[in-house]
Amino acid sequence: MIQKQKLKSAGVSTLNSMKMSIPVLLGVILLISLITHLVPKKAFSYLFSGKLVFDVLTGGVIGSISAGNPLTSYVIGGELLKQGISFAAVTAFILGWVTVGAVQLPAEGLMLGKKFALVRNGVSFLMALAIAVLTVVTLGAL
Amino acid sequence: MIRKLFDKIGAQWVFLIIVAVAYAVALVLNPSACADAFFGFFRLLVRMLPVLALVFGIIFFTNLLINPKSISKHLGEGSSIQGWLIAIAAGIISTGPIYMWYPLLSDLRAKGMKTAYIAAFLYNRAVKIPLLPMMVFYFGVRYTVVLTAYMILFSVLNGLAVERLITDTQGGQ
Repeated sequence: MIQKQKLKSAGVSTLNSMKMSIPVLLGVILLISLITHLVPKKAFSYLFSGKLVFDVLTGGVIGSISAGNPLTSYVIGGELLKQGISFAAVTAFILGWVTVGAVQLPAEGLMLGKKFALVRNGVSFLMALAIAVLTVVTLGAL
Repeated sequence: MIRKLFDKIGAQWVFLIIVAVAYAVALVLNPSACADAFFGFFRLLVRMLPVLALVFGIIFFTNLLINPKSISKHLGEGSSIQGWLIAIAAGIISTGPIYMWYPLLSDLRAKGMKTAYIAAFLYNRAVKIPLLPMMVFYFGVRYTVVLTAYMILFSVLNGLAVERLITDTQGGQ
């Protein structure tokens, strides 16, 4: 049988966690909605140059600063492929989108620590570029 | 002034105020897009509510039923491959947007969860099983399998690198 005291203590801890988290979560959802509505999806394709290394880097950067459902990144990625953007650049774009979160960086910093948020997002960005290249190389070898 | 505001109302409210200011600026520059964004926020919020309830439910039951010593044992410094498997599997099966899980991870870290596992969990949030058919539709089966395998593999490297870099910078201070 769970003691009343333990139940109360768990409830208070959860409420404290909610008090800290809810303003941050509301802020992130508001910010994502604002960016999603202000930046037209077609704008992405104008940023690629056709040079592989530059495009991989561009894909990673654009993906990292974008926000929203991962499904949107697949749809945009599919459109970019149709427009002739390289597989590596599109992969870097998708990986940047799903593994790096510039928009939610302030929230991550507030809840998990600034240093953790910066290091994790920085490492994830570099890994997005590395995985993009490795995926294309692996697919070419298969 | 900002420092005083941070201390008085807390960084989380300052963040929300800054976002509100961004909306005010957008309202002046592009009123229709701002209105769409505001309604979009409510639609997004309604979609997120079940996930939010799930997250705070898990936090409540973690506080109630799980001893911090048990978290330290399975996900703390002394844990081994089991910790990685838990972090990877939990990251893959967890639903909703990544930021919804920050409160739970913050709570678990306070109870002793390793930084590497938190980073690995967050990295594996990118592996979305329900969305894999869509990825196959757009990019093909081979691409989806190769990319997913690399993401899971790199989640471990990500965890190790993040922990190492954080420890190094803390040691250097």
